[in-house]
Amino acid sequence: MSTQLSLGRIARAVAAKDLRIELRSRVVINQIFPFAGLVMVMFAFALDNDDVLTRVAGGLVWLATLFSLIIIIQRSFAVDSADGALEAQRVAGLNPAGIFVGKALAVMVQLVTLEIMLFFAAVVLYRVELHSDGAVLLVTCVISATAGLSFVGTLYGGLTAGARGRETLLPLLMLPVVAPVLIGATRATESAFMSGGAAVSDGWPWVGVLVVFAAVFGLGGILSFGSLIEE
Amino acid sequence: MEAQTFTARVATPTTRLVGAMALVSMAWVVIGGLFVTPRDVDQGDAVRIMYVHVPTAWVAYLAFIVTAVASACWLLSRKHSMGFDRVAGASAEVGVVFMAMTLLSGSLWGRITWGSYWAWDPRLTTTAFLLVTYIGYLAVRGLGGSLEQRARRSAVIALLAVLEIPLVHFSVLMWRSLHQKASVLSGDGDIKMDGSMLTTLLVGVIGFTLTFTWLVLHRQRVLAMQDAMQMTQLDAALRERANESENKSVIESSRLK
Repeated sequence: MSTQLSLGRIARAVAAKDLRIELRSRVVINQIFPFAGLVMVMFAFALDNDDVLTRVAGGLVWLATLFSLIIIIQRSFAVDSADGALEAQRVAGLNPAGIFVGKALAVMVQLVTLEIMLFFAAVVLYRVELHSDGAVLLVTCVISATAGLSFVGTLYGGLTAGARGRETLLPLLMLPVVAPVLIGATRATESAFMSGGAAVSDGWPWVGVLVVFAAVFGLGGILSFGSLIEE
Repeated sequence: MEAQTFTARVATPTTRLVGAMALVSMAWVVIGGLFVTPRDVDQGDAVRIMYVHVPTAWVAYLAFIVTAVASACWLLSRKHSMGFDRVAGASAEVGVVFMAMTLLSGSLWGRITWGSYWAWDPRLTTTAFLLVTYIGYLAVRGLGGSLEQRARRSAVIALLAVLEIPLVHFSVLMWRSLHQKASVLSGDGDIKMDGSMLTTLLVGVIGFTLTFTWLVLHRQRVLAMQDAMQMTQLDAALRERANESENKSVIESSRLK
């Protein structure tokens, strides 16, 4: 029996593999980032009011993130299931929990980069003002919300990748689950932006919700990912 | 090849009894709800919607609890008995129908009483999310693959839903609140309701629960037949393929000669 790789090493290797593929193929940078930017512009067309845009900017940033998450997850698993790489990883005896954490980490890195871009877009397009008081809140909110989104996305992405060709099911399964993240992250971001007279301190309870969410689905994913991707 | 036949009967004396009791209590609810009980002081005739709304909501939640418990039983039991999986599936199907009825009757009541079909309150929003989540669950059951695969996938999804629902509920609760406070289970034991109304409501709960039980019993038997049929078809296909290759090897060996 060969020596078992630790969960951390598997996760690092899987995450590095996924990120390397993304860096080389540039699909995320060339297609998904512009898509998210386009969504931000479309929101402005739909709402057509500068004050409203500034007021709801936090929610729009997170909605654009959710839409992009669906594509990033589909992409992340399409790369793996196209040539049976996911199965190969399982046959190679890698701990599914390690694969789960690794793929979620790679998604997390992509999402955080995307969110930074979206926040800049909000500043430019929606006239949002960033306050130094809200900076810590904003950073904590981004990290905890992104962790939750990545865990849920990877979990349900694994399920739909296991059932080949049923990617259309992903949004139906995933969006209801991430609703608490949308609510929590939006409220926390609005507090950090101080939009509509919100106080920065109002945002912290929401960060608590986001952290609990990420912990619950991180643990849930580690325990169940193996069952979901098994053929 | 001999064609295998199935007896297409799913009723047993027990289900017949449950069905008859369900019919009687439902008739009671219809007569009681529409004719016997008085109008409400504030809500008028709209209160009669309650005799359907409350029992369907109760049954939907009960159905999803049954699905979760059956899924956990499937995952934990060593034999992985398919019976648990079928009960989970049947119960979720019935639950989705009843949850849709709850939302429909609730929004009709809301239109009359609140003046709008929908309000963004925690109970309503969580209920809508439950409906969507279990529609997703049923879609996962329909993904295909082996019976074992279906059972494992859907059991995990059902248990993840158990994690999801409290989180959704809590976050929407933090978001806002407006729902009609529960009047029967208000906690202080003081029930503010006319006797005939309360009786009709309780009979409604019993009647709808019996209907649920009857539907699930029948549905899981039908599912068992479907599974058996799938297995026989698979066996038949395998046999056919085996015969084919045998014939082929006979032909090939005769050619070689």
